[in-house]
Amino acid sequence: MAATHSISTRTRAATTSGIAALVLLAVAIVLPAFASRSLIQDLFFILTMLTLAQFWNLLAGYTGLVSVGQQAFVGFGAYMLFGSTILWGVNPVAALALSGLFALLLAIPTAFFVFRLSGAYFAIGTWVVAEVVRLSVAQWQAVGGGTGTSLPRDARDAMWGVEWIEVFFDVRSSEARDILAYWLALALAAATIGGIYWFLRTRRGLALAALRDNVEAAKSVGVDANRMKWIVFLVAAFGTGIAGGLIFLQNGRISPDSAFAVTQWTAFVIFIVVIGGIGTIEGPIIGVLVFFILQEALADFGAVYLIVLGLLGIAIMLFAQRGLWGLFSDRTGIQLFPVRRRLVTPDRGNS
Amino acid sequence: MIWIDTIVQGVLLGGLYALFAAGLSLVFGIMRLVNLAHGDLIVMAAYLILVVVSVLGLNPFVAAVIAAPIMFVFGWILQKGVLNRTLGEDILPPLLVTFGLSVVIQNALLEGFSADSQRISMGPLETASVSAGPVTVGLLPLLTFASAILVIVGLNWIFYRTSIGRAYRATSDDPVTASLMGIRPDRVFASAMGLALIVVTIAALYLGTRSNFDPYVGPARLIYAFEAVIIGGLGSLWGTLAGGVIIGVAQTVGASINPEWQILAGHVAFLVVLLIRPRGLFPRAVD
Amino acid sequence: MALLETKGLTAHYGDFQALFGVDIRLEQGETVAIIGANGAGKTTLMRAITGVLRGQADQIRHKGTAIGHLMPDTIMKRGVVMVPEGRKLFPSLTVEENLLIGGQHKGGRDLGDRIDSFLSRFTGAPDPMALAAGHDGTGLWTLDTIYEIFPVLKERRNNPGTALSGGQQQMVAIGRALMSNPEILLCDEISLGLAPVVIRDIYAALPRIREGGTSVIVVEQDIGQALKVADRVYCMMEGRVTLEGRPEDISRDDIHAAYFGAKA
Repeated sequence: MAATHSISTRTRAATTSGIAALVLLAVAIVLPAFASRSLIQDLFFILTMLTLAQFWNLLAGYTGLVSVGQQAFVGFGAYMLFGSTILWGVNPVAALALSGLFALLLAIPTAFFVFRLSGAYFAIGTWVVAEVVRLSVAQWQAVGGGTGTSLPRDARDAMWGVEWIEVFFDVRSSEARDILAYWLALALAAATIGGIYWFLRTRRGLALAALRDNVEAAKSVGVDANRMKWIVFLVAAFGTGIAGGLIFLQNGRISPDSAFAVTQWTAFVIFIVVIGGIGTIEGPIIGVLVFFILQEALADFGAVYLIVLGLLGIAIMLFAQRGLWGLFSDRTGIQLFPVRRRLVTPDRGNS
Repeated sequence: MIWIDTIVQGVLLGGLYALFAAGLSLVFGIMRLVNLAHGDLIVMAAYLILVVVSVLGLNPFVAAVIAAPIMFVFGWILQKGVLNRTLGEDILPPLLVTFGLSVVIQNALLEGFSADSQRISMGPLETASVSAGPVTVGLLPLLTFASAILVIVGLNWIFYRTSIGRAYRATSDDPVTASLMGIRPDRVFASAMGLALIVVTIAALYLGTRSNFDPYVGPARLIYAFEAVIIGGLGSLWGTLAGGVIIGVAQTVGASINPEWQILAGHVAFLVVLLIRPRGLFPRAVD
Repeated sequence: MALLETKGLTAHYGDFQALFGVDIRLEQGETVAIIGANGAGKTTLMRAITGVLRGQADQIRHKGTAIGHLMPDTIMKRGVVMVPEGRKLFPSLTVEENLLIGGQHKGGRDLGDRIDSFLSRFTGAPDPMALAAGHDGTGLWTLDTIYEIFPVLKERRNNPGTALSGGQQQMVAIGRALMSNPEILLCDEISLGLAPVVIRDIYAALPRIREGGTSVIVVEQDIGQALKVADRVYCMMEGRVTLEGRPEDISRDDIHAAYFGAKA
């Protein structure tokens, strides 16, 4: 019996879920042909929140960088999209790349400041930076100063692909824009999840997991903690900036208060990750669905919704720190995105 | 001469920020807990004073004396029932739980009191002022600053001259050994949070009488408080006062140049200090 | 009835079992030494007795009362007090404050105890005041008598505790534990890392401590020292008691076998 061992991260559930994910993606792409406009809008919301949650999870769940200031990158990315379309006439879809790029540029001085603070003080430091950016942007008169502005009509009409969607699906231009935004959000969310999953399975990514589990041990095997923190912080800013640009591109209107809202872009995102399960890729997916369902169910109760969300987040942090997905995964052993490498022997399992 | 006035106003404003910060600093010093709900607790205490004032028709100072023990008990229960469970090596649970608490408090206040802005009336004291040469200062800001100094003196006295302060310091050093000396760390932490919420009540008195407030103003107070603590150096209460004064002066100077720059100038001052002195102005030797 | 007794005491650190049914006993007025190599479970035994590691109630009895489930502060207030390994002085406190803190919580009548005592009527939790009732913490030891046996501490009473030499720190740690006039004093490795002459000075205080009515358990790696001071000796190995006896009744070979296992 020549048992050759191999290292694998694959589990049966993961193979099944890989196929399911591809099918799901295909369905999601063609969905606008059947779905109502409100469903497309809901899905846009879910996908963009999911993207933000995945990046926050990458920061806090994998790298220990608990940021309460991600709204800085959402808002700055969004404002750069408006600024570059209004001032330089860039096509809004192309301007999304600028959203990410400028958020990345903002992240460099930000990291320089906040990495001087450790632990909890890092968290409030990021918040201060976000406030500084919000107050500074509010001084920028070309995009409406403190009151904000709308995306100009000609810029909206010039969006790549809208005309084609109008003809193909036989819809009005406002609906066509929603479909385009939905596709972009779908691409962004898929790329984010795929990218993070790929990253976590690379040597660097595994080092990141080692870092989270034990900083000293990771150092002793040559993981440069500081460099990893920089990389993750910049990548998260880039992705968060694009998501911010996309959210306000679909919204069509921007103001400093909405673009830099700590509740919307950070509190909700944190609750999504915590409720779903921090430190897993599955967690934010479960979390965003729970979040959306709760929001729909409690829509008529105003502030009660936020109280419930806050209490749920506290309860999970106190009694089930690994979130809903953690509870499920512990009971069933199922992992959809296995990261840990397992030793596989051919005569046992995997056959 | 206008400059002197600006700076004096800024120093007095710094007293208010030091009051916001003292409770945060206390809690961090004793149990290494960063309470993201601190600002919202100040706002909550302000509403409590407001309720006592309007229901019982009392003077705000008397109302604060009534509110303080209620806040103490609230802090005790909060710490013993919830926050003690989050303490440990991992910084995520305390951060996320207090962040959740912040959202819960804000929205509970919103449900209870609506989003309308409120103010606690001090009567003629609000406009009373004293003049010294070219500078005229309001009595209320002066009282705030005096209170801040009194609070810091009082906390330092408790810390270094009483047996409970000794227990605070010992537990902060080493909770396991403290428990071998007959101290129950979770009780010490609960009483420290209670004490912090008495300081919060004093801060709330001035928050509510000097300006309008609504359920959403807490996070901004948390940020000022946090900046004062970091600028002063973690663990030093007099440093916290200095930090508050720096933020206050930066804000009034910024506002005198352009009213829209007030808040921004305070934040920029904080970032500059952070750049030059990452551990604050008066860092503690042992950490 | 023994003053202190463990019966079948087990202890775990997570999945790792550190004690496997340890039986020891301490009579009123006795000094007992526990010897054993590193990792034998001596410190774990001390941690279990003082409540730092909590376990099953009836595995540890103090004057007949089951205390294995109690919190460390309640056990301390019953008069079972430890000088921890490594001294563990509080760095933020001066020498005198370190001493004072040892005596300030004796008796178990502070507000927290009163509240918990009241609540225990409804919750069925242990009543800290009732449990501490037999020990009022008064006796020979006060700040003055501590300074009498360790005069150097009086000179340095306003220094931070951690600014002292190792031997002086050990004196503070012993003084801190004595301030509550314990019924039982547990000394965990008090001679570790100290020069012989310093060890002699510290052990010189032992007779006085016994005169004050305190029974003593010393945990020692220094076998000679242990045999010199103890009325009875226990030797531990790998979480079990491997030898028990009076110093005069046990031979070097017995100890060697109990200490290192099968004869080398």
